[in-house]
Amino acid sequence: MRRSDAAWVGLLLPAFLLLSVFYITPILQVLAISFIEPEPGWGNYERIATNLSVQRVIVTTLRICAITTALALFLGYGLAYAITLASEQARRWWLLCVLVPLWISVLVRAFAWVTLLRRQGLINQTLQGAGVIAEPLELVWNEFGIIVGMVHYMVPYAVLPMLASMREVEPRLLAAARGMGASRGQVFRRVFFPLSAPGLVAAGVLVFIFSLGFYITPAILGGGRTLMVAEWISLQILDLIRWGLGAMMATLLVVTILVTLAVFSRVVNMRRLFGGGA
Amino acid sequence: MEGAYKPGWVGRALGWGTALYLVLPLFIILPVSITDQRYLSLPQEGVSLRHYAALFASSDWFASIAQSFWIACASTVLAVTTGTLFAIACWRLNRRSTELLRALMLLPLIVPSIVYAIGLYRYFGWWDLLDRFAGVVIAHGVTGIPYVVITVSTALASFDPRLEQAARGMGASLRQVLAWVILPRIMPGIVSGAIFAFIHSWDELVIVLFIASRDVFTLPRRIWDGINENQDPIMAAVAVLLIGFTTLLLIVDMALRRRRDT
Repeated sequence: MRRSDAAWVGLLLPAFLLLSVFYITPILQVLAISFIEPEPGWGNYERIATNLSVQRVIVTTLRICAITTALALFLGYGLAYAITLASEQARRWWLLCVLVPLWISVLVRAFAWVTLLRRQGLINQTLQGAGVIAEPLELVWNEFGIIVGMVHYMVPYAVLPMLASMREVEPRLLAAARGMGASRGQVFRRVFFPLSAPGLVAAGVLVFIFSLGFYITPAILGGGRTLMVAEWISLQILDLIRWGLGAMMATLLVVTILVTLAVFSRVVNMRRLFGGGA
Repeated sequence: MEGAYKPGWVGRALGWGTALYLVLPLFIILPVSITDQRYLSLPQEGVSLRHYAALFASSDWFASIAQSFWIACASTVLAVTTGTLFAIACWRLNRRSTELLRALMLLPLIVPSIVYAIGLYRYFGWWDLLDRFAGVVIAHGVTGIPYVVITVSTALASFDPRLEQAARGMGASLRQVLAWVILPRIMPGIVSGAIFAFIHSWDELVIVLFIASRDVFTLPRRIWDGINENQDPIMAAVAVLLIGFTTLLLIVDMALRRRRDT
């Protein structure tokens, strides 16, 4: 028994070594840099209290993430609700609406939004052509554009955990409540919503932590004017060569995410969040 | 929940609205890609395939597509072999410690790629892996492992461990058990994992922005430059082809799942 166990441990090793050497080590290094560059100590972290640029990017990121999470949850909940109550046949099409955007390149999606939202974009041209507006609206390269693109990216991530918990709601329960004289609104508020709440929380956690470190969509749709944390880190490192400050923010980002996960691991089943078997 | 209870008009409207919001912006690229104009716009006087022709004639785009394809293939092989063996070993050993290891293996899904990218930027400098094919393959392979671990673990969850014990009891070696008993049964899970690992590498941009510059110039990198620098409708043609390609892979995955489930 012991010897055969050793053989199984051998199978485990390649992935473990790869992860340790080429994933964990570079990330731990970022952690270390935040404490030793430009000089050893807590200097970089003191900037959180003193540096306006650091504070501004943290506040902007948290605000955008909160709005994105709220909107993605609201829209995702409606979609998950429709999918849950759909017939078997229709459900397949609904699911495709969620899965195709989920797997299409984030760049392609951001590009689609730029095409639609920019000053000479399709929305502005259509509205101007119809005479609704005289001047083009500022739809992109600001916070509005970032949120439109981010919510679009996050809705599928919100739908999937909610769908998992909604599908466990016993359908006869709803019919029974209705039969006993509850109005449609009452059935939803007093029966369906409480039963689906765990999925809502799980989806909220997932969307929030994904939004925090999001780079590509905010960078493209923000146009460099509204900076979120990830783009700010990249700016510190590639353009300003301020490794200590960039690494500090990266560390802060990872710690925030891990703490959020730890806090909610009591409420949310993490195994379910990241796939059935894992 | 078929037909037992229908959503009211609020629920239906919200569902439809959200689905349209998700899908419509993607469809808008199709007419833009066949515009007869030189800038991003809807077709004005007629449709034209000139941007597709320009795409296929462009050696730059073609080189990037080829490079992305080979990187995705190599990193998928890396992720699938290591990830599958890892998932099987965790499933077979089934200890507290392997549960913990499996959770650790999911880190690349949780930690934002920007953090990993800046770490690698420094780290690969020492290994002389910056702007190298091998460097990008390793980075994409490692971050692709979680997808494989998840799909293979899911497939293993419905696999009876007594089959493995029976085979071992009848004298099969570890290699034989793997090749003849376990792997054939979890093949759909492995293929799903491979598809996801492939798409992950094929679309990955943030890491590439930091660890590659000239010699390795993947497709996402070229699209990124295209979006930031010019508004050439070639971009729309590329986007349409990418959407088609991803949808195709998803349909293959769905078909595989259906076969596994029945």
